Amino acid sequence: MDYINLFVRSIFIENMIFAYFLGMCSYLAVSKTVKTGVGLGAAVIFVLSITVPINFLLDRYLLQPGALAWISEDYATIDLSFLSFIMFIAVIAAMVQLVEMIVEKFAPALYGALGIFLPLIAVNCAILGGALFMQQKDFSGISEAFTYGLGSGIGWFLAILGIAAIREKIAYSNVPAPLKGLGITFIITGLMALGFMSFMGIKI
Amino acid sequence: MAKEIKNSPEQSAEVKQKEKEAKKDAMVLFLSNSEEREHFLSKDNRKLLSDPLNDENPITVQVLGICSALAITVQLEPAIVMAIAVVAVMAFSNMIISALRNLIPNRIRIIVQLIVVASLVALVDQILKAYAYDVSKQLSVFIGLIITNCIIMGRLEAFALGHGVYKSFLDGIGNAAGYGLILIIVAFIRELLGAGKLFGYEVLGHKAATLAESTGLYAFGYENNGLMLLSPMALIVVGILIWVQRSRNRKLIED
Repeated sequence: MDYINLFVRSIFIENMIFAYFLGMCSYLAVSKTVKTGVGLGAAVIFVLSITVPINFLLDRYLLQPGALAWISEDYATIDLSFLSFIMFIAVIAAMVQLVEMIVEKFAPALYGALGIFLPLIAVNCAILGGALFMQQKDFSGISEAFTYGLGSGIGWFLAILGIAAIREKIAYSNVPAPLKGLGITFIITGLMALGFMSFMGIKI
Repeated sequence: MAKEIKNSPEQSAEVKQKEKEAKKDAMVLFLSNSEEREHFLSKDNRKLLSDPLNDENPITVQVLGICSALAITVQLEPAIVMAIAVVAVMAFSNMIISALRNLIPNRIRIIVQLIVVASLVALVDQILKAYAYDVSKQLSVFIGLIITNCIIMGRLEAFALGHGVYKSFLDGIGNAAGYGLILIIVAFIRELLGAGKLFGYEVLGHKAATLAESTGLYAFGYENNGLMLLSPMALIVVGILIWVQRSRNRKLIED
């Protein structure tokens, strides 16, 4: 039951875009058509659900205060948490590179669909944000971390799918000239975020 | 993403080639050829500082770096701390990457950039934890997210890889200031309208339980707009700022 709750929370209530504005750069840049939006969204789901559990293990067994106790009792007082930014971003960059190579080798069709988006993802705030929020939330096990990663990814996917669909339609409407493009996208995202706020307080 | 960045990678590769030829000069690490005779605050250099504040603003024109910007604009104080942190990280990462630009192999440059930025951010984070603990608690993960702030990567790619150290330093300060400016304007509007405060001081008067006991604007029945404190309003405020800027500066309008 906890997993379902965590899953729904991370999709709707703590939505990466609407509650924390993470990954806004690529969200605004790649949402001009539904097709590219879906491609990037799928890549984000994929990478988040891989990197969050890996960073969880890293945090648990390397970075937390006293995490090195599993090697020997002598290391129990060491606190490496100041290294977490560098470790997380290095893991993310390396994983993205690795995933790109594996997907290219074993699933060429998937690579054709996701290929150009994967390098973009290394610098997507949503991925690093997922890792940093995971560190704050103190999950009890790796499966919770995976659920959180997957849920956040799906939330991001829903957001970019929604805005891309709206932007495709809004191309035909008569928006005031200075508001065209970026301005109206911001305001629509704000209104969508207001809508998503109505999920707040849902408990399953 | 980087719609109006002036120096495309091809251009910067050209510039890089030229600079390699001039490498014999001992000063080349710090100044590119044309820079040597230039005054410290010449017209070009001043432009590097002033352009990002309006015509080339990273947030409202280049659409970079919105990621970590908006969540921390509920109050003015964290917004200013964040702006200062970004100025520091950006100026120094631009300088370091520009100094290393002839040594970094092209294929792994993104990882090199990320590591340089991540170390600087870790430094800023530790300093904030030591000297401004409350603000650092408020900013929580958003300090860490400076690493993936797209303006930083964008400027490293588009500018620092092709220009001298001093110019890159100025470019870093200019762009980070343009980002900070928007951050501070948004935080000002949200804190003033949402909580009736600035820096935590009640500038609009004190709101008490009854109308008679209230002072300032609240005595006339003024109410705070609680909606301003919620995250969606950050997006809408930025949208309106873009609207205002583009109707004053019509050459920025998209077709």
